[in-house]
Amino acid sequence: MRQISIISGKGGTGKTSLAGAFVHLAGSCVAVDADVDAANLALLLPGADASWLPFESGQRAVIDPGRCTACGTCLEACRFAAVAQAGTGMRSDPLRCEGCGACAQVCEEDAVSFRANRAGSWTIRTGPWGTLVHARLGVAQDSSGKLVTHLRREARRLAARDGRQWVLVDGPPGIGCPAHAAITGVDGVVVVTEPTEAGAHDLTRALDLAHHFGVSAGVVLNKCDLSAEGARRVETVASRWKVPLLGSIPFDPRLPRSLGRRETGLELGGVRESIVACWTAVGDVLVGRSPVEEHLVALGAN
Amino acid sequence: VASGKGGTGKTLLATSLASTLASRGPGVAYVDADVEAPNGHLFLKPTITDVARHTVRVPMLEGGACSGCGLCAEACRFGAIVAGGEGVTVYPELCHSCGVCVRACPERSLGEKARETGTLRRGQAGPVGFVDGTLDVGEARAVPLIEATVKESTRWPLAVLDAPPGTSCGARAAVDGADLVLLVCEPTPFGLHDLDLSLQMCGALGLPTAAVLNRSDLGDGEVRSLLSDKKVPLLAEVPFDREIAMACAAGVLATERVPELAATVNRLADHLQDGYGHLLT
Repeated sequence: MRQISIISGKGGTGKTSLAGAFVHLAGSCVAVDADVDAANLALLLPGADASWLPFESGQRAVIDPGRCTACGTCLEACRFAAVAQAGTGMRSDPLRCEGCGACAQVCEEDAVSFRANRAGSWTIRTGPWGTLVHARLGVAQDSSGKLVTHLRREARRLAARDGRQWVLVDGPPGIGCPAHAAITGVDGVVVVTEPTEAGAHDLTRALDLAHHFGVSAGVVLNKCDLSAEGARRVETVASRWKVPLLGSIPFDPRLPRSLGRRETGLELGGVRESIVACWTAVGDVLVGRSPVEEHLVALGAN
Repeated sequence: VASGKGGTGKTLLATSLASTLASRGPGVAYVDADVEAPNGHLFLKPTITDVARHTVRVPMLEGGACSGCGLCAEACRFGAIVAGGEGVTVYPELCHSCGVCVRACPERSLGEKARETGTLRRGQAGPVGFVDGTLDVGEARAVPLIEATVKESTRWPLAVLDAPPGTSCGARAAVDGADLVLLVCEPTPFGLHDLDLSLQMCGALGLPTAAVLNRSDLGDGEVRSLLSDKKVPLLAEVPFDREIAMACAAGVLATERVPELAATVNRLADHLQDGYGHLLT
């Protein structure tokens, strides 16, 4: 089993479209949508969801109005500005509370209790293209990294159970907590970028992150023909980081509309060939295969 | 300026809008709170006048009074401090800086030290005041730096704040307390789905919203229906234009290269000052 994560630093570079196309090309894979607060991969992969399961993480403070004397000690102790006066007592805002317990620690009336925090929900979707593990993070929730870790663990379990060759992770934008959870321990990271100044800037940060976690990375330049100058800038960044350019995909104004038909670009001539070349490079260049593995793959094919 | 989906054009709009508003009168700033991928500086090219390292508080053992009782570790809900043997071990990347461990220590031997997580910069780009936050690579928790960056915006009468994408804690921290959240969206299935999530987030926080539709001709009409269903005013539409993409590629303000975009942003600024003047004074 090989795990590949697709990230970008900058948002909107085409991670999800590319991930959807890779799922179709991989054949034997379990996909993970690790962009849990804007999860879109399921829109490209129609199928049947199993029942949605709650994902609980951490706790939230609940202040008992019957016991609260509004002394304000908790308000002073809370460093997340979650506690505020509401009517005659204090109230803890679940969107701001991080469940640290400071309010309970200082409350002399024993008025604070805790409830499990439902950070989101998740499910497994199956379709002719394979299996997708995806989730919905609750609004303004802070547990995206933990949810991503959970989804990836589930995907590895399913891939091992079903003998799938690939786990493909559609990562979040940025370089923070959920991005860490999306790339730790993978066999390779595909950084999707675009030929813009911002694309090159965020590519640098994404490659730095992959380096930080000791994961090998490759670059896909999307919308490559929008600017020759921008494309050169991206190539410069890649070569400075000694990271291979896995391929380039041209901009096609038909793509946004084709996404509406749950297509991934593989249906568009010119785009298809470049995506196939990128996927081939993921296998050949990014993760490579040892001779033994090649042999096993060949045996499997026979 | 926010959006559920990444890459819809938040930075394009926020930098252009800040420049346009600043050309009409003093006291306008652009504040880049997308600390994981801060790009506004590439377009505004500010002169940086002030650079400060941002820090969060993490516990540290002070003096030698630790008895190894483990009450701090018991109190910590994030597994960030472990007691044993000669004292305590702190895992700073797990720490939420809540201070509970410090209060739990009966020996009063835990203190707090500053731990650097990013950089906060101030500057000036022509008439536009400039602030940005940049999270250190490898750092997981963006929220404290986002909050510090947003706090800087209160130094100006009018701040255009560039938020991180998504609807999780970081996006919440960036929009919380805004007078108006301008959602930049695009008419694709992804754009529609993520706009809905953004509207849910702003609804839960009780924030007024308005929308700008980018690449308005590259998709279907469902985004417009969602906006009208939810009674969110659509203040501007920007059709796809290769010239805008080229300007972004070159790292220049697209309003300086594309007169149609400049006109659109001007009308948007009019709308904001007319319709939302009570918020912006």
